[in-house]
Amino acid sequence: MTDTPDLDQNPIVSKLRAWDAGAIAETLSFRGETTVVVPRERLRGVAEFLASEADLDFKLLVDISAVDRFPVEPRFELNYHLVSMSRRERIRVRVWVAGSDPVVDSVTPVWTTANWHEREIFDLFGVRFAGHPDLRRILLPEEWEGFPLRKDYPVEGPR
Amino acid sequence: MTTVETVVGPAQTLVLNMGPQHPSTHGVLRVVLELDGEQIVRAEPEIGYLHTGIEKNAEALTYSQTITITDRMDYLAPLSNNLGYCLAVEKLLGLEPPPRAKYIRVLLTELTRLQSHLVWLGTHAIDLGAMTVFLYCFREREEILKIFEMVSGQRMMTSYFRIGGIALEPPPGWLDPVARVLRIMPSRIDEYESLLTRNSIWLGRTQGIGLLDAKDAIAMGVTGPMLRASGVAYDVRKFFPYSGYDEFEFDVPTRTEGDCYARYLVRLAEMRESLKIIKQAMGKVPAEGAIKVDAPGIVPPQREKMKTEMESLIYHFKIFTEGFSPPVGEVYQAIESPRGELGFFIASDGSPKPYRMKVRAPSFVNLQSLEKMVKGRLLSDVVACIGTTDIVLGEVDR
Repeated sequence: MTDTPDLDQNPIVSKLRAWDAGAIAETLSFRGETTVVVPRERLRGVAEFLASEADLDFKLLVDISAVDRFPVEPRFELNYHLVSMSRRERIRVRVWVAGSDPVVDSVTPVWTTANWHEREIFDLFGVRFAGHPDLRRILLPEEWEGFPLRKDYPVEGPR
Repeated sequence: MTTVETVVGPAQTLVLNMGPQHPSTHGVLRVVLELDGEQIVRAEPEIGYLHTGIEKNAEALTYSQTITITDRMDYLAPLSNNLGYCLAVEKLLGLEPPPRAKYIRVLLTELTRLQSHLVWLGTHAIDLGAMTVFLYCFREREEILKIFEMVSGQRMMTSYFRIGGIALEPPPGWLDPVARVLRIMPSRIDEYESLLTRNSIWLGRTQGIGLLDAKDAIAMGVTGPMLRASGVAYDVRKFFPYSGYDEFEFDVPTRTEGDCYARYLVRLAEMRESLKIIKQAMGKVPAEGAIKVDAPGIVPPQREKMKTEMESLIYHFKIFTEGFSPPVGEVYQAIESPRGELGFFIASDGSPKPYRMKVRAPSFVNLQSLEKMVKGRLLSDVVACIGTTDIVLGEVDR
């Protein structure tokens, strides 16, 4: 992964910078995909900005993918994949969440679709979303113990 | 004289459990319905009955081995899953498959869309009481599955697309049955239309039912034919072309009504568009040429070369014992599956196994809109709305 300087010319990145310089911790580019790393406590604000700013128009949240980087801390990486239909562009917003306190603000108020994505991440990774309307397990039974997609959870299940 | 006092309590609602064993839930979907009379107050899909941990399994398999478990998600469109996954890994590796493989892939994924829409149409119609359509659709679907069997040896779990190309050279004469499908399908689609499009029972069961406007659909992340029936022309093939789709001429059918009937019309129009793409792809597939990119150490060498070249034998051994190691990084690759945007997010840590594979399943996201569609409507509309969502539970639960 390389942090290429020409990303500063990227209109989305410069718009975000102009709006709030502290909103971007890092920008990455790999295989033509742009990733904007956002500090955890700024996620909700950045989400609202990206979705509501008229000439950015990131109204479609396509997916949220979590990655567990155990034993590296902060261990959870959340990737929000956004599409702007008017710009025909994609962007990935990334936040890091610590294993000791896996909480991040829910973006369900910004994009309704986040509801199930966040429930799935809670279910499989144990990351909690503050302000989520209905944070319950979604795929696994309610009484399930542990979070299967964590790296310290064996494929065969806990013994 | 005695007076009788009647106590009027709070309005009573009835909680009804629909599924997981229910013929119209298309697999094992359970919907908890709260009813006021026949009106839906709350409809909550309960999913997970088919959860098999495919994403966790992928972390223990090599990149090539993972292809076989992608078929098992959306089992009605296995080749779309194969394509999405292979494109994602190819993006990670920076590989581009040769033109012959590229166009064969387009041809076969459009056939996949066709047969998946046939299953959708047949089951949607049988849910709403039209038995004949179901039989007709499955008759044509079989023709397409025979083509899949011809090229890959399997009707359904094809695993035919591989990283860097396709698994095998298609047998001679494989385009003949494709030409036959192209010849018969337009009149067969007309036949389905003659049974449904102006059928008053069909209109009554689908028109104005399951309304979803563009704003809600986008907010709920709905993609595919469902979004296009709400007036948004978002199609990954046009917006973010992959596998050479930008070289094909086709339209993206849309409607603005946003009801079950509009979604029916959009999918039928899409079937005709797929035929257009298949026809163009038939013309584009070169008669000869490589079906796999030349990438030693990633793509298995030809059998013949293994017998004569030491290097090929070593590569073959290495690919099948330890796999190959892509560079460190993350990619997201989306394709337009029959159900909407199917995305593969792959995080690589430089080892021969995907560090994390996340599947953005269109059925999973689209199913979330069920409550919106049925709230305040009648119980019988739930069946129409599940049918129109075109979910595959294997993909919802993964």
